[in-house]
Order: sequence, then structure tokens, then C-alpha cells
Amino acid sequence: MRSLWKMTLVEMKLFLREPAAAFFTLFFPLMVLLIFGSIYGNAPTPFFGGYGSVDVSVPAYTAMIIGSSGLIGLTVAMSMYRERGILRRLRATPLHPLTILSANVIVNFLMTALGMLFLIFVGKMVYGLRFAGDPLSVIAAFTLSSLSFLALGFVLAGVTPTARTAQVLGMVLFYPMLFLSGATVPLEVLPPKMQQYVLVLPMTHVVKLLRGVWIGESWSQHWTEVGVLTAMLVIGVAISAKTFRWE
Amino acid sequence: MNNNIVIKVDQLHKVYGSTVAVDAVSFEVRAGEIFGMVGPNGAGKTTTAECLEGLRDPDGGAIQVFGMSPQKDGHALRERIGVQLQTSALQERLKVWEALDLFGSFYPRPVEREQLLEQMGLTEKRDAKFGKLSGGQKQRLFIALALINDPDLVFLDELTTGLDPQARHAMWDMVRGIRDKGKTVFLTTHFMEEAERLCDRVAIIDRGKIVALDSPESLIRRLSADNRVVFTVEGKFDPQPFLQLPNVTRVEPNGEKVVVHGKTNQVVVDVVTMLVSNGYRFRDLRTEQPNLEDVFMALTGHEMMD
Ligand SMILES: Nc1ncnc2c1ncn2[C@@H]1O[C@H](COP(=O)(O)OP(=O)(O)OP(=O)(O)O)[C@@H](O)[C@H]1O
Ligand SMILES: [Mg+2]
Repeated sequence: MRSLWKMTLVEMKLFLREPAAAFFTLFFPLMVLLIFGSIYGNAPTPFFGGYGSVDVSVPAYTAMIIGSSGLIGLTVAMSMYRERGILRRLRATPLHPLTILSANVIVNFLMTALGMLFLIFVGKMVYGLRFAGDPLSVIAAFTLSSLSFLALGFVLAGVTPTARTAQVLGMVLFYPMLFLSGATVPLEVLPPKMQQYVLVLPMTHVVKLLRGVWIGESWSQHWTEVGVLTAMLVIGVAISAKTFRWE
Repeated sequence: MNNNIVIKVDQLHKVYGSTVAVDAVSFEVRAGEIFGMVGPNGAGKTTTAECLEGLRDPDGGAIQVFGMSPQKDGHALRERIGVQLQTSALQERLKVWEALDLFGSFYPRPVEREQLLEQMGLTEKRDAKFGKLSGGQKQRLFIALALINDPDLVFLDELTTGLDPQARHAMWDMVRGIRDKGKTVFLTTHFMEEAERLCDRVAIIDRGKIVALDSPESLIRRLSADNRVVFTVEGKFDPQPFLQLPNVTRVEPNGEKVVVHGKTNQVVVDVVTMLVSNGYRFRDLRTEQPNLEDVFMALTGHEMMD
């Protein structure tokens, strides 16, 4: 337990010392929120079912952070640890491999949550962000989404031979989703046919679930998203347990 | 299992594809000794060490460390051993003290951190990030990490690679200090001098096979090779009177530089006396005792590379 605590603390410090990771998780989404907030404002519109642009963007950008932490942040960190021999050194200690994985999950999860809190805080302060949901539902939906993407990140780290390919693969998966899943460009903007197609992207389900619980929709309206993300989590954990390599 | 035997290796085999890295290697390491495995690049030293540490799985043979199997009882074993790997790394932005703090948390009774930093000469670098350390400083940090749990058995794989001569000598003293506290050291090196000066017993390994195993002194004595007297002489040199000396076996004049081979240490006195009585002007006289390098050459028929 002491080693998990120390490991998490160390990983947290390292995360904050890594400018790129901290920037994309904590500040980039805020910048985007402020830029588009200043363009579109947050006046309610029938286009977003009576909500404003910022109201739908905060949960959507949260999905973006979830995606980048899982697909790029965690993937690159884990494959780098393996490639550089950091995992080898840890393996020569009594440390349980689960401790290393848990610490990385905890840190990425907490940082993603912090990114979301920043968005909520600035959205509230600057644009009078509206919220009609139940905080516990939001937390539950966020946790499910984040964990399932972190699981996906472990799968990517496990199946790619080098840190470089892990990074490329993570980006190849992330960038199309960034624009097509509704995380940045609202789903409402896409043609109706396209809105069906993008359901194959896991991040679309995160966006739909988070936006739904944000405005107080019930879980029963989102069983598809919950089902997809839960399946991703379970399968992801199973695959990464099989593909985990120390070196 | 005998209490005095810390490591027991029987017919260890390890292959990588078509490369036989370790071929029927057997040896025992006794409690409280510095045991060295010495041999050229690619001889199989790291592979052997990492099988003992439980980081690699052997393809054949039996290994016991403290009576445990490194592959099956890895967890319990790793609490009692300290490991310095030939190649590994830490996170670039991890600070020296944080690394020791983190690794200390993996063990029930870590040693005092600042004292260990002091011992490894890293006190000034305690707040430096791993990525900013020099090669030798990284090496010293890894050795500190290997000692953080006050292990009963320490594995040091190429411990002085990257260290300057002064740091190397300090490291040897440090390793002797570990042994003097009653602990056991298993080290690998490709420096014959290091093996000769540091190890209580040495296994010479070449191409995956142990070719000799004994104390460095016995290995050298058993070779019964010549002592050599080397000097530079001015003017014309006549080898004949030197060959008449009782202990001299061979004289190699090579321009101004002369090498005289002989059986015992007496040969030095004889050669110097002869030089003086014949009125030679000579300089740079030194003697060369046979060393592990010579043992290696004699046993394998080839030189250690580098
Ligand atoms: N992971 C690996 N995959 C394939 N071959 C390997 C691997 N590790 C070592 N080998 C091969 O096994 C042989 C023994 O390597 P090993 O690293 O044990 O040698 P060594 O004695 O430690 O050498 P050095 O002095 O260079 O460290 C070499 O021929 C090496 O190429
Ligand atoms: Mg080696």
C-alpha cells in the first residue's frame, strides 16, 4: 500500500513536470473553451435543445481529455517505460506489476478529472455554465468513460512494439475521433447519415453519455453507450492482462 | 541445501533463437564472498545473472538462490536481493532522492536514504533529475538503488562501466565493504583487472561456457606462466649472458626494448645485477606478473576483446 501511494505520488509529480501532457490535459481544453466561448457565447438555442454552446462543450471537451489521456498519454508513457528499461528495473524489486499499472491509472484519471474541473470552473465563472444533471451520475459516467479509455491505452501499449509506433497509433485513432465523435465539432452539425456512422467511434459514446447525464437525461436513455464502454473496459483489461510485457 | 551456499546453479541453459547464450553452466556461490563472472562481450554473463535474478527464464537446468527458485518464488526472493542491471533506466524527470524514496517504499526495511546518498557520493546531486546525471552518476544511483533494501545478496552487472578510475577504485572499496558486512556479492565484469583485484572467486566464461573457476590467485598460479622483466636499454644489447642465468627462460630483444621471461621473482634481481655488472645504461624497468588476462588467453586461445 505504501508503494502504491509513493508510486502514485511520483507519477503525479512526473506528470506535472512533463509540459506536453499537462498542457493537453489541463490547459488546451480550457483554451479551446475560451476561444469558442468568445465566438459563440452561451446563449440558449433550440439547436442544442435549449442549451448554449458552452453547456454542450464542457462535457464534450471532457470527452476529448478522456480520449487523449487514454490513447496518447497513458499509451506513450507505458510504452516508453518499457522501451527505456524502466519496467525492467522495477521488475527486479518485489513491487507487484499491478501497482505500477494502478498508479498510472490513478494519476491519469485524477488529471483527466482535474481537466474537467477546470472546464467546469471556467465555464461557470465566464459563461454561466448550466447544469441540469445529478453530480453522482456525472461522476459515474466520467469514471466509466475514463477507465474504458485507459484500458484501451494499455491495450495499445501492449500490442505496439515501440514507443514510437504506440504514439503514432494513438494519434491515428485519436485525431479522427477528435473531430468526428462530437468532442469538438458538435454531433448536431454532422449530416444525419454521418451521425449514424460515427457511432463506431468509441469516443462518440463518451460524448453522448456525458452530454446526456449533464443535462439530466436518465441512464435508461443511454444503455447503448454504457454497454459499449463497459464492454470496452472489460475486454480492454482482459487483453492488456494478456499482452502486458516487461520489455 | 548447505547454509553456506547462497546460489546453486546446475546445468543452466539459455538460448535465444539459434544463439546459445548460456551452455551447461554450473557453479555455487558461497555466503560472504565476492563471486565474479568474467568474460568477453556476449559471453553470457548478463544472461546468467538475469536468470538468477528471475528476470529471464532458463531453457534448462536448475537454479536455487537462498534455496528458492527465482522463477517461482521471485517475489520473496526479490526482498532479499539487490540488483544493478547492465541496462535499465529511470524516468528522465525523476529526482535522485525521489528515486531512492520510491524504491525504498518497495521494501519493509529500507536503509537511511541520506546516508546512502552520502556513501555513493550523490549528496550534491540529490535534487538533480535522472536525465541530467552523467553516466557515472547514473551508475552510482543504480548501485544505491541496489543497496536500498540492505540486501543479503547483491547482483552487480558491469558495475564500473562508465566510471573514471578514481570512482572505480572507490566502487571496489564499496563492494569490499558490502562483503565485510557479511553479505554476498555476485558481479560480472569484462575487466580482468577488476575480477582479479576484487573477487574472492572468479568464473571465467567464454561463449556461454565456464572455462575455469577458482580464486584469481589459484588460477594464475596454476597457469605457472613466466614473470616478465621489461626494460629499455641504450646502445647494443647482447642477450647471450642473460640466457645463461638460471631462472631465465627466454629473452626477447626488440630494438631498444627488451623483455626477459623467467620462472621466479628471483629473475628480477638476476637481470638487474647482470645489467649493472655489464655496464648497460637502462631505464623504465618494470616487472609483469602473469594475470587473469594470461589465464584467459591460455584457456581459450584467444584474447579478450577490448
Ligand atoms: N534478449 C536477447 N535476445 C536475443 N539474443 C540475446 C538477448 N540477450 C542476449 N542475447 C545474446 O546472448 C549472448 C549472451 O549475451 P549476454 O548479454 O548474456 O552477454 P554478456 O556476457 O553479458 O556480454 P557483455 O559483456 O557485452 O555485457 C549474446 O550473443 C547476445 O547477443
Ligand atoms: Mg552483460
